[in-house]
Amino acid sequence: MSKFLTVSPSPHIFAGSAINKLMTGVVIALLPAFVVSVVFYGTGAIIVTLLSVLFCVLFEYLIQKFILNTEVRVNDGSAVVTGVLLAFNLPSNLPWWIIMTGALVAIGIGKMTFGGLGNNPFNPALVGRVFLLISFPVQMTTYPVPAGFDTGYADAVTGATPLSIIKEGLSNNMTIPELMKEVPGYWELFIGKLGGSLGEIAGAALILGLIYMLIRKIITWHIPVSIIVTIVLFTGILWQIDPRTNADPLFHLLTGGILLGAIFMATDYVTSPMTYLGMIIYGVGIGLITVIIRVFGSYPEGVSFAILIMNGFVPVINRYIKPKRFGEEVKNG
Amino acid sequence: MIDLQENHQIIKNKVLRTFAKGGVHPPENKLSAGAGIVDMPVSGTLVIPLSQHLGVPSKPVVERGQEVKTGELIAKSEGFVSANIHSPASGKVQKIDKALDSSGYKRDVIIIQTSGDEWIDTIDRSGELQKNISKSREEILQKINEAGIVGMGGATFPSHVKLTVPRGKIATHLIINGVECEPYLTSDHALMMSKARELMVGIQILKKALDVDTAIVGIENNKPDAIDHLTQIAKGYSGIKVVALKVKYPQGGEKQLIKALINREVPAGGLPIDVGTVVHNVGTTFAVYEAIQKNKPLIERIITVTGKDIKNPSNFRVRIGTPVAELIEEVGGLPENAGKILSGGPMMGKALNDLNIPVTKGTSGITVLPESEAKRKKTEPCIRCSRCVSVCPMNLEPYLLMSYAQNDMFEQLEKRHVMDCIECGSCSFICPSSRPLLDYIRLGKSNVGKIIRSRK
Repeated sequence: MSKFLTVSPSPHIFAGSAINKLMTGVVIALLPAFVVSVVFYGTGAIIVTLLSVLFCVLFEYLIQKFILNTEVRVNDGSAVVTGVLLAFNLPSNLPWWIIMTGALVAIGIGKMTFGGLGNNPFNPALVGRVFLLISFPVQMTTYPVPAGFDTGYADAVTGATPLSIIKEGLSNNMTIPELMKEVPGYWELFIGKLGGSLGEIAGAALILGLIYMLIRKIITWHIPVSIIVTIVLFTGILWQIDPRTNADPLFHLLTGGILLGAIFMATDYVTSPMTYLGMIIYGVGIGLITVIIRVFGSYPEGVSFAILIMNGFVPVINRYIKPKRFGEEVKNG
Repeated sequence: MIDLQENHQIIKNKVLRTFAKGGVHPPENKLSAGAGIVDMPVSGTLVIPLSQHLGVPSKPVVERGQEVKTGELIAKSEGFVSANIHSPASGKVQKIDKALDSSGYKRDVIIIQTSGDEWIDTIDRSGELQKNISKSREEILQKINEAGIVGMGGATFPSHVKLTVPRGKIATHLIINGVECEPYLTSDHALMMSKARELMVGIQILKKALDVDTAIVGIENNKPDAIDHLTQIAKGYSGIKVVALKVKYPQGGEKQLIKALINREVPAGGLPIDVGTVVHNVGTTFAVYEAIQKNKPLIERIITVTGKDIKNPSNFRVRIGTPVAELIEEVGGLPENAGKILSGGPMMGKALNDLNIPVTKGTSGITVLPESEAKRKKTEPCIRCSRCVSVCPMNLEPYLLMSYAQNDMFEQLEKRHVMDCIECGSCSFICPSSRPLLDYIRLGKSNVGKIIRSRK
C-alpha cells in the first residue's frame, strides 16, 4: 500500500461549525441595530463603533503577542463582537480616549486576565461598559438626541433618556401618566427614535437580529425569552398595582438596554449556563434583578448590572442544574 | 400502538416519532441506495478473525492443511458469550496465525486458501421461501447459537444471549432495527428491499423464541420505499408492525430506538430487557431466517462499499474474511484523493490502517473519505456554547466529561455517568471548536471501567 491513510477515532465527519462563523453570525445579527443608530445618530455611531472594534482587536492582539506570549487568535472574531457590543453600550458622542479605556478594560481585565476566550466569567463588553459608567458617569449618561444622519460626532445635541426622565420625574412626585407625555411614543421607541446608548435604541432592529440568530441556530430561545417574559410579568404586576408610579411593561421593554441585553449580552456563550433549564433560571434572575434595580434602585437602568450579577452565578447554576440523564427516572407505560 | 393505516398517514403528514432528546442530522449521503445487492466473488484467500464478536474469542477446531467445506465449523464458541465461526468457503486451512483486523491490532485468525465453492450438503441453498417454522423455542435458540449469529448492526453481541431472557424478566416487545441512521450505509436498506419475505419469517422466528405477540420494525423516513414495501409484505403476517421514524442520528442505538418506538427508557446502566424489550437488527433477523429455515450458518453478510469519489457505490453479499482491498477494487478502485478508509460509516466507523484487513460479521460497510475530510481541524478553546450538552442523546455533559478525563478526575467522571456514554460521536460532530470530546470521554470510560471492575 503506497497510499497514506489517516487513522483516527470516530466520528469522522463534522458539522462544519466554527467559532469565527458563529461570531460572524452575531455581527450580521447586530447590523440592523447599527444601521438604525447611524440613521438617528449620524457619523458618531460609525466612529464610536469603529474605534471600539479597532481598540478591542488591537488590545487582544497586543496582549496575546507581547504580554501572554500565546498564540494570536484575533481572527476568531470574538474581539470584534466584544468591540461592537461595547460600542452599542456607549453614547454616540463619547470621546475616543474613553472608548480606548473601555476597550482596554473589556479585553484586558474582562477577558485576557482569565486566560482569554472561553475562560472569562463575566461578559467582557459589560465589564468595560460598567467600568466606564462608574468612572465617567457624566460622559456615559449624556446621550445625544436622535437628530438624524447628518449629526456630527462631537457636536451632537444631548438630552435625557426616557428612563432617566421617568426616574427623575418620579422622584419629583410626578405621576407616570404625566411623565408619559414627555417621552417618545411607543412607535418611536420601537423604531429607535430615542436617546440612549447607540445600539440599544432600536427595538425592532434588535428583534430582527434575534430572529436571525434563532433561524441560524446561533443561540436558542431560552435566555432572551426568559428575560423578556420575567420583565413583562414583573413590571406588569407592579403596573397593575399602581399605574401612577410604575411604567407599563411595554415601555420598560422598549427603553434602556433590555432588548440589547437579553438578545446579545446575556446570550454570550462563555458567560451563560450550559443547560436549557440553567439558561431559564439565569434569564429569570436577570429579569428580576433588572426590574428591582430600575424600580427600587437609584439607577434608571439595570440590565448591565443584572447580567453581570447573574454571570457570577453561572458556575453555581452549572454545578447544580444537570440535564436529567437518559434512564435516570424510569417511567414505562 | 400504531396500526398500518395510521402508519401510512403518519408518513404522509410527516409527524414522525423519534427519540426525545439530543441527536444530530449529519448529511445522509446514501449514495448506494437503490443499487440492489451484488454477489461478491469468493476471494482466493480468506482471513477469518477468531474474535468477530463481543466476548471470548472462539477456539479453532481445524488444523493447518485441513480441507474444509463452505459452512463447516472451523472455530468453536468458548463459553456463553462467544460465537461459533464457520468456513465462509471451501478450501484448505493455510495457517492459523495473527493478522491485522479492524481494531488495528494483530489478532488470531484462520487463513483459508479457497478452491471451488463446495458447500456442506445440509445447507439448503435454494432461494425458495420457507415459511413454516417447525422448530421449537429451545431448538431455535440452540440453532442460532450453533450458527454463530451475532448482532450485525455493528455491536456483534452474540444473538442467542440476547434471546435468552434472564430469570425474573419478561420480554413483551420485539423491536427490529431497520433504522440505519449511520450516513452513507445502505446495507440494511438493500436487505429490506430484496429479502422482505425472509425478514418476515425471521421476525416470526424471533417472536417465537421470545414468546412475544408483536414485533415492531422501525425504519427512518429517508427509506420510504422500504417502509412501503415492508408494510405491504407485513400484511401477510400476524403481529408485525412497521413504523416510520423521523431521520435523526443516533436513532439506531438500542436505547434511542426503544424510546422512539414504545416510549420506554432503558434504566441507566441497564439492558433493553429491563423494559421488556429485545432489539435485533434486520441483518441479524435475516441471518436467523437462514439459520433456522435453511440450516445455513453465518458465513456471509451484506456490506455497503461507498464514498463520494467511489465510481460505483454498491451493496455486496460478501463472504466473511474477504479483504477490504478486493471490495474496493470491485467498486472501481481506490480514488486518487482517498484519505481515510472506514469500516462502517463516518459517525461510528473505525478507520482502517491497512487494506488487507478482512470484513467480519459486524462489518456493515466500507466508507472511503477523501483527503479533504480525513483530517481533523485544529482544536480551539471551548466557548461553552453548550451544543454538546444539547445534542447528547444520553443527556450527559460532554464538555465536562472531557475536562475531567483530561485531568484524571475519575471519581467525578463516574459521578457524572461517563459509563452511560454510547460513543455516538454527536458531541464531537457538533463542536464548533473541533474539540476531541469523544476521544477523551472514551479514555475516561476505559479508566473508570477498570476502576469499577477492580472493585468487584
